[in-house]
Amino acid sequence: MSEVVREDAVILETRALEKRFGGVSAIAGVDFALRRGELRCLIGPNGAGKSTFFKMLTAQIRPSKGQVLFDGRDISRAHPHEISRLGIGIKNQVPDVYDGITVDENLWLAAHPRHGARAARAKVDDILDRLELRDIRWQLLGALAHGQRQWVEFGMVMALEPKIILLDEPTAGMSIEETNRTAALIREVNRTTTIVVVEHDMQFIRQIADIVTVFHQGRILAEDTMARIQANQAVREVYLGTSGLA
Amino acid sequence: MIHGVALMQHSSERPKWWWWVFVAALAAFFITMPFHLEIFVILEMSRFFGMAMLALSMGFLWGFSGILSFGQTAFFGLGGYGFTVLALNTGETTGSVFFAVALGAAGAGILGYFMIYGRISEIYLSVITLVFTLILEKGIRATSGDQYVIGKVRLNGQNGIPTVPQLDVPWNPSVQLDINWFFWVGAVLMILVYIGLRLILTTPFGRVLVGIRENERRTELLGYDARRYKLAAFMLAGGVAGLGGALYAISIPLAHPEMFSLGRAADVIMWVLVGGKGTLIGPIAGVFAIEHFKGWLGTQGVGQVTLVLGAVLILFVLVFHKGLLPSIGSLPGLWLDRAAIREQLAEFVQHHLTWRSGPPRRRRRQGGRP
Repeated sequence: MSEVVREDAVILETRALEKRFGGVSAIAGVDFALRRGELRCLIGPNGAGKSTFFKMLTAQIRPSKGQVLFDGRDISRAHPHEISRLGIGIKNQVPDVYDGITVDENLWLAAHPRHGARAARAKVDDILDRLELRDIRWQLLGALAHGQRQWVEFGMVMALEPKIILLDEPTAGMSIEETNRTAALIREVNRTTTIVVVEHDMQFIRQIADIVTVFHQGRILAEDTMARIQANQAVREVYLGTSGLA
Repeated sequence: MIHGVALMQHSSERPKWWWWVFVAALAAFFITMPFHLEIFVILEMSRFFGMAMLALSMGFLWGFSGILSFGQTAFFGLGGYGFTVLALNTGETTGSVFFAVALGAAGAGILGYFMIYGRISEIYLSVITLVFTLILEKGIRATSGDQYVIGKVRLNGQNGIPTVPQLDVPWNPSVQLDINWFFWVGAVLMILVYIGLRLILTTPFGRVLVGIRENERRTELLGYDARRYKLAAFMLAGGVAGLGGALYAISIPLAHPEMFSLGRAADVIMWVLVGGKGTLIGPIAGVFAIEHFKGWLGTQGVGQVTLVLGAVLILFVLVFHKGLLPSIGSLPGLWLDRAAIREQLAEFVQHHLTWRSGPPRRRRRQGGRP
């Protein structure tokens, strides 16, 4: 199961992490460790607690108990703006972008805090090229298709040049072609950056996954390579037969 | 909906040459006024500059940072009283104007700190600012006794302080500005504030404010401390409102509890909505249009001025919901887009109006359409 890792190789870690909503434990004591450079997928059936876990990893909600350690520092009570400055880039499930301003300006706002006003321009150009967004540069974001908005948001997270990127269902609502491009992009970014992905789409996970962590009823049910997860009997059972993983 | 090709710039872009031409024309327009207008018109319009700054302060906050401060009048009133009390005590006016600005900004800083760092939601922020200005109004109204004296100035409660000093020449305080000169100072200050706020929008600070308006959570996740930016914007607007209050008190001349009142607070909303939220020239135009209209209604023997104004506001919210200036601004775009409009109109008529004349059969055939 989960392998023993060297302390200094760990970038993100949770210790006895718990979150209760009323009497319900959405997350019931999770110990989780992520090595630098890893590409980790978090999966699990609906209500397994992966979204709650994601929100705690990114300090968007506070745990009831336990710690979230990023580079050895407890971030569970940090302010949202501190999270990004520490080097954590977040993309939530719903596109979280600026609809009323242009693509260019969206990216500029993302690049500015890290690179400063001047270098931010160059960074925006670089992102526009890498994501092939040059043609829609001056369009208002609100007027774009869902997939394009997701990409712009991905570009915004890249502009932060974070040490780690956390993505909640990055391909939700994307076409197959867009999903494939996203998978390729995630793998490319993973060469320099640690990535955590929460995903439903098994096809997509097979394309990118390194190690997969399976959540079930607020706990980690299994953690292994995709091939062995697919063969895991307990995982198959929580997914109601085998259809979800076939 | 009709999507006109609005000939408008993005707020983050540096203003183009034609904007500077427009500002210069506006300045020339105001500066030449005293030469060909009667003195009572000049006197009336002098009042508008202070109001226009109050409107600008809200237009900036609401239109570009998304903060609806219903009680900008609090800082307007603080500016008016601050100027009056200090100027009467010291006999000096230039420094007192700066004091009015500082008092407005400081008041906004203290109130804003608790609201913004307390993460009060938008609607509560509106309510709290409104309550704040009403509390100040009540407080000032209750100062009619002899014991309410600051330095040697009595606050006079309900009656206000009628002895507001006129501005004097900064480098020669023994000379007071006359009516025309006060008009020019008001006009120039208003235009400078307008230019200043417009240019602030092109700075990183202004761009981040617009980002906060668009999506505060995303802005924070990008590493901006939104609270600092919002507080700074709030204080800036408070200072502008304070300057407006000082000018207004000088122009009437009276520092009065009415400056803090609910009626005044509602006026500001109206100026901004009618003139055009999301622009800076809109609030200025709103002040001049509405206040002039109010004055005109008063002379026409219309008893219910407020009622008429209410109807105007409803009309604008429903029909010209972007406000006066943006609607005018999109007219050339609409002209370019007229084929699309004709199509839209035809469709509208077909869907909604044909049943009046057409046979019922025809209508049934189109049934199921929304």
